[in-house]
Amino acid sequence: MKQKAGWHVLVFLAPALAIYTAFSAWPLLATLRLGLYGTDDVGHVTFIGLGNFHRLLFEEHWFGAFRNAMVNNIEFFAIHTLVQNPVALLLAALLSLRGVRGAAAYRTVLFLPTLLSVVIIGFTWQLILSPLWGVTEKLMTAVGLGDAFGPWLGQEDTALPTIALISVWQFVGIPLMLIYAALIAIPEEIIEAAAVEGASPWRIFWTIRLPLILPTLGLVNILTFVGNFNAFDLIYAVKGALAGPNFSTDLLGTLFYRTFFGYQSEMGSATMGAALATLMFLVILCGVGLYFFVIQRRLQRFAS
Amino acid sequence: MNAHASLRRAGALGRTTLVHLTLGGYCLLVLAPILLVLLNSFKTRQGIFDDPLGWPAKATLSLAGYGKVLGDAAVGHMFVNSAIVTGVSLAAILLLGAMAAWALTEYGFFGNRVLALFLAFGIMVPIRLGSVAILQEMVALNLVNTLTALMLVYIAQGLPLAVMILSEFIAQVPQELKDAARCDGVGEYRIFFQVVLPLIRPAVATVAVFTMVPIWNDLWFPLILAPSEETQTITLGVQQFVGQFATDWNAVLAALSLAVLPILVLYAVFSRQLIRGITAGAVK
Repeated sequence: MKQKAGWHVLVFLAPALAIYTAFSAWPLLATLRLGLYGTDDVGHVTFIGLGNFHRLLFEEHWFGAFRNAMVNNIEFFAIHTLVQNPVALLLAALLSLRGVRGAAAYRTVLFLPTLLSVVIIGFTWQLILSPLWGVTEKLMTAVGLGDAFGPWLGQEDTALPTIALISVWQFVGIPLMLIYAALIAIPEEIIEAAAVEGASPWRIFWTIRLPLILPTLGLVNILTFVGNFNAFDLIYAVKGALAGPNFSTDLLGTLFYRTFFGYQSEMGSATMGAALATLMFLVILCGVGLYFFVIQRRLQRFAS
Repeated sequence: MNAHASLRRAGALGRTTLVHLTLGGYCLLVLAPILLVLLNSFKTRQGIFDDPLGWPAKATLSLAGYGKVLGDAAVGHMFVNSAIVTGVSLAAILLLGAMAAWALTEYGFFGNRVLALFLAFGIMVPIRLGSVAILQEMVALNLVNTLTALMLVYIAQGLPLAVMILSEFIAQVPQELKDAARCDGVGEYRIFFQVVLPLIRPAVATVAVFTMVPIWNDLWFPLILAPSEETQTITLGVQQFVGQFATDWNAVLAALSLAVLPILVLYAVFSRQLIRGITAGAVK
């Protein structure tokens, strides 16, 4: 039974609500609104309806950049999903085995990169992969793979996957921990009952544990999705705002930054930036909506 | 029978070895890049390039990079900036977040659920998407290139998750405790500050770590709201420094090491608590 409210409720609630509204909710709405305005050559801002979106989606100059960033972003997310889920699942499953010595130490180390700044991680890998320094080439030569080495971060076709893998390397700790927590929360009796029935550990994993942690996997992937579709820091640290070579690592986040602030001879535009932010918002909203109304519901029904 | 048992034991041993090889191997993949940077930050340029994998020896030992980074007076200043921004934002998020969580879980009033949903929206939608209007707002408030601008944005960014997590814990505070206090005529403010807040301290610590890391590491808002020399945070500072001295490997490696070390030390101290927080009590 909840307590009746009095003036004190306002005192408790008002500061948080005021700051959140003024600096998060309102700016988001104002940005969505600003996307419907245009800036003319002398800087006057006027209402132009869907004009900005028409330019972004139908003018080749804008659409080319948007399509490139969108396709790259999808690839970025796909690599995250394909690599991070199996790796996190494998490591979490091993960690959650009973009687693994040093599990706490492993856990601590595996989570470490997550805490470091993306800037530091980006530069660190840039040095390690640098052909100038040659550490990676030396190591690969030592195991007979010297020929396979290339300046991955500098080549158009390999730069984006390389950066995506760096990002996975850094953030795999989060899915790992969430999956691990879900795995050890499974009641021991269920596993024991299956073992008594003669099910192999492998079978127990696939038919009991995995279905039970599917909701967690769903959550992990939507978090990754949201993170990936407004990613900026890593690309900016490793490749700069121009997301080279030749925009091959451009994501929506870096495109948004350039559109808003401008770059080289191109002038920045707040209204075009706002329109692009609106599109990013819609993409994220679609993903989150799909997750909440379709995937999460199914997974929960499946798990229960 | 005996042979069977020993075969099984051998199988178990093989399995254990495989488990440790996999986990250990991945840990190596995690640690190696960080160690490589730390190791080479203590070497001469010659040493860095000739033998990147070796330990710093007498001939290759050099602290030139550290000298250059620490000699730059701005570094200390950036560090202070980051500490102020993170510290103030964190304190405000925890206090205001706990107060809001208490109001939403304890009291029934019109619009309660709508407000909870309104706050929850901020968990999923990145605050970055509002950057254009945030910058305009800060310009209008004359807050561009101030630490206050960063703090306000980070507080707004951190509140939704803090309110959600703290609400769950506040809901578990036993009803009898609150009833007893109310029977004794204790006011609602004192109930919150003297009964509830001490009880949810562990949850507050967890939220603190979650909230602190993204603020300390953020590059986006310092870059757009406070890029001036006066207000640069350490994360933005490292980014600019490394960009500027890209060819000075000693300085770059030293700067990266200096940026990593505080986090390594903090993590060594708090890792148990942090991981317990993430796995939400499932790990004993």
